[in-house]
Amino acid sequence: MKLRTNFHQAKWDEPIIFELSTKGERGILLPEIDKEIEETVGDGLSSIPKIMRRKEAPQLPELSQMRVLKHYLRLSQENLGADLNIDIGQGTCTMKYSPKINEQFATSPKLTELHPNQDESTVQGILEIIYKTDIFLREISGLDNFTFQPGGGSQAILAMASLIRAYHDFNEESVKKDEIITTIFSHPSDAAAAAVKGFKIITIYPNEDGLPDLEALRTAVSERTAGLLITNPEDTGIFNAEIVNFTQTIHDAGGICGYDQANANGILGIARAKEAGFDMCFFNLHKTFSSPHGCGGPATGALGVTKKLKDYLPVPLVDFNENTYYLNYNVPNSIGKVRGYYGVIPAVLRAYAWIMSLGSEGLKEASRIAVLNNNYLLYKILQIRGASAPYAKGRHRIEQVRYSWEDLTNETGVTTEDITNRMIDFGFHMWSSHHPFIVQQPMTLEPTESYSKSEIDEYIAGLKKVVEEAYNNPKIVKNAPHNSVVHKIKTESLDDPTRWAITWRAYLKKWKK
Amino acid sequence: MSNKKVLVHPYIPNSVPEVKAKMLEEIGVENIETLYEDIPNHLRFKGQLNLPDALYSEYDLKRHIDQILSKNKTSTEYISFLGGGCWQHYVPAICDEINQRSEFLTAYAGEPYEDHGRFHALFEYESMMGEILDMDVVNVPTYDWGQAASTSIRMAERITNRSEILISKFISPERLAIIQNYCQPVMDIRLVECHLNTGGVNLEDLNAKISSKTAGFYFENPSYLGNIEDQGKIISDILHEVGALSIVGVDPISLGVLVPPSNYGADIVCGDIQGLGIHMQFGGGLAGFIASRDEEQFVMEYPSRLFGITSTEVEGEWGFGDVTYGRTSFDKREQGKEFVGTMAALWGITTGVYLALMGPQGMQELGKLILQKSQYAMQKISEIEGLNAPLFQSSHFKEFVVDFSGTGKTVEQINKFLLEKGVFGGKNLSNEFIELGECALYCITEIHTKENVERLVQALTECLNR
Repeated sequence: MKLRTNFHQAKWDEPIIFELSTKGERGILLPEIDKEIEETVGDGLSSIPKIMRRKEAPQLPELSQMRVLKHYLRLSQENLGADLNIDIGQGTCTMKYSPKINEQFATSPKLTELHPNQDESTVQGILEIIYKTDIFLREISGLDNFTFQPGGGSQAILAMASLIRAYHDFNEESVKKDEIITTIFSHPSDAAAAAVKGFKIITIYPNEDGLPDLEALRTAVSERTAGLLITNPEDTGIFNAEIVNFTQTIHDAGGICGYDQANANGILGIARAKEAGFDMCFFNLHKTFSSPHGCGGPATGALGVTKKLKDYLPVPLVDFNENTYYLNYNVPNSIGKVRGYYGVIPAVLRAYAWIMSLGSEGLKEASRIAVLNNNYLLYKILQIRGASAPYAKGRHRIEQVRYSWEDLTNETGVTTEDITNRMIDFGFHMWSSHHPFIVQQPMTLEPTESYSKSEIDEYIAGLKKVVEEAYNNPKIVKNAPHNSVVHKIKTESLDDPTRWAITWRAYLKKWKK
Repeated sequence: MSNKKVLVHPYIPNSVPEVKAKMLEEIGVENIETLYEDIPNHLRFKGQLNLPDALYSEYDLKRHIDQILSKNKTSTEYISFLGGGCWQHYVPAICDEINQRSEFLTAYAGEPYEDHGRFHALFEYESMMGEILDMDVVNVPTYDWGQAASTSIRMAERITNRSEILISKFISPERLAIIQNYCQPVMDIRLVECHLNTGGVNLEDLNAKISSKTAGFYFENPSYLGNIEDQGKIISDILHEVGALSIVGVDPISLGVLVPPSNYGADIVCGDIQGLGIHMQFGGGLAGFIASRDEEQFVMEYPSRLFGITSTEVEGEWGFGDVTYGRTSFDKREQGKEFVGTMAALWGITTGVYLALMGPQGMQELGKLILQKSQYAMQKISEIEGLNAPLFQSSHFKEFVVDFSGTGKTVEQINKFLLEKGVFGGKNLSNEFIELGECALYCITEIHTKENVERLVQALTECLNR
């Protein structure tokens, strides 16, 4: 197994774009105004009240076209996308392969040049895609209706919390139903987005098996319980076999159960929201269904509900009537809207194409291989000195595992953050944020189905190498990265109001005065 | 490939039977089924998902999707006058070139080392937006304008510790619906009337509704209906007098020629960047920005990522990182400010490219072009007997209301006729603002030509003479 010990990331030492500016240079020219128009209306500016006319042009940089291109190409090379690295260190939501043919579809003028308010007769193709993707996800989840409006997983959670509130409002129980229960190993937004809707958040911690404590849930539940927002498997990758007892407990108290399936990568065609007793679920199309992540969006949290909640969904729904697809605004108790128009439609198109390219058998195979890859990785990592996988000893996991470097840290002083920074030197990405650190020195790895055995082996070889260094030459790990774009960043100023600079103009004011 | 054969799928490298067997052998497990031991039988989905037959071949897939997409008629195939929150502007080639780069397109949440480029590009986006807005703090983009306005309002709630928000009536009803859902039940929303003759905010009504309970007043400039609000300074003064914040939604493409809201007293400014280098994508191209002064009490209330510039251990090297990460829900869950997650970062990078291409002159020329072309269209439409454009006695930017009330025809009928002539007429307002009667919102940008306007005028004339 070749480890890329001679790797070095592209390093352009690229200036800030304002430093590249030359007065008078132009990046692009605009159409000339038609003479007749100018003769008819004049300069256009005079009709604006004086106080509303901008006197000085915005102080944007001035660059010729190739210079702009070059600048951004260099910045892109200083970024390690999933297409370039073995991204399994992302964890919790590792990107799978986003097929390039799907990019061709998503960037087709037949989609990009559609205005959302065009007459329905002119957008039958895209409405068909949206409608059929809804039908596919109904099958995959067992639920009854999907909306693609939420622009990401967190917005889908906000929508779920909104549906819970609307449901109880309609049934006149809202006064007392003001608590949402979630678990500490569910995504932070399961707590945070629900709090935006005015709910009090109760967080369940894991029992010694790493699973959310059912007894703690039973203690937490009361007539004030509005709903449950939970992941399964959670970030530990351990499947909660008792999940029906959770949903049942919530239902008995009159609450609604929302399933955070942002990452459903291990269980497509294997287990569904319906059988587990959920009233709602959402899938991140920019994860489980292959749409690329774009450095943090645009994205889609595809939100599905049972019949009981259909009347509360945001408008419009996309429906089909004999031979026409149409936008259905007839949703009696709708929460209104969570995002403009109908959602990030290119992500929906990519998900449709991805599902079509795999079919029922292929979806299941994707999940099965994701799980095989994960358990192979688990087996190998447990052989590495200083590594452990808290909870569920000797059990298999679903799509990911939250590991711990606690032993390694105790023995060498090298932390997860140090390992993250050193892994970069071999061309690997690892994500370090899993707050709060319930698992000490956490590292969450998720291989998905997209990486081959030899790539997984390469990642393992990287970890082994870093661990070997931690025991023999910890300095090299502590001072990493050495072969990345930049060296250890000075972060103190980022929390100091007198020094932080979120724009170039703020930097000039604070640092160059 | 048929289902009977073993499926080795190009997206699933370890679907090769020999590799699979080797991995299973190594971990000492007989089959993959064993790995699912923790999922009990009653939770297992039995049988096949009822999905169409797979199109394993890339060519089959392409043929299938192309065939469906071919049913769409686009705004470039037709002439479109639709705007109202999603706009047809020209997208420079380099914008697409950069946002299609694998390095940006497929990256997730790398550290500021191996993902230095993302931090650098988004810091520059914040910086260039800061220049056109004349403000020192701009966030990494959120989902859209609706979310940006909602968060701006919730920031005002936390900053002032007051829970009542006033909103100008002439904002997009869709956006208002987003705000209403986002604020309910924590805040009370009261709408402030606008004048039906000018479209401007009714100051009497604002004064009547404002009180020591008011967290802020949110209005848009240009408004959803295109009129330019010239009372910004007066409005901000009224708000500041009672300790409330002035929150302004703005179309940033207007800021080459229009005064930025910060110059007339806005405390928080928000809007959408879709027009700045991003295709419409059936509404998928939206992305929201929020901006403010660089004051701690404002900065600490952002839920968004805020990328800041700093240095590294090596002399002369730029470094970047999250400013006050401790604010965020990533760090503090429900104790953080609202929530943050995957939103619209790629569009932030794209808008950075756009602004760098346009430069100061480009933004000025663009604004001027849009003013001239829209004024020309208004004039030509007004020449048609029975039509009135703009409805409001006010100056406008890019969008304006055409009043069809005197024609005896509904906007729906007129738009149907226009469609037959290859024209997407303006957005029908007759259900959104009933008090305006039979009206439509027309949008003219730099892409429209004199011929486009002439064709519209001809089609409208024909329609009204029938």
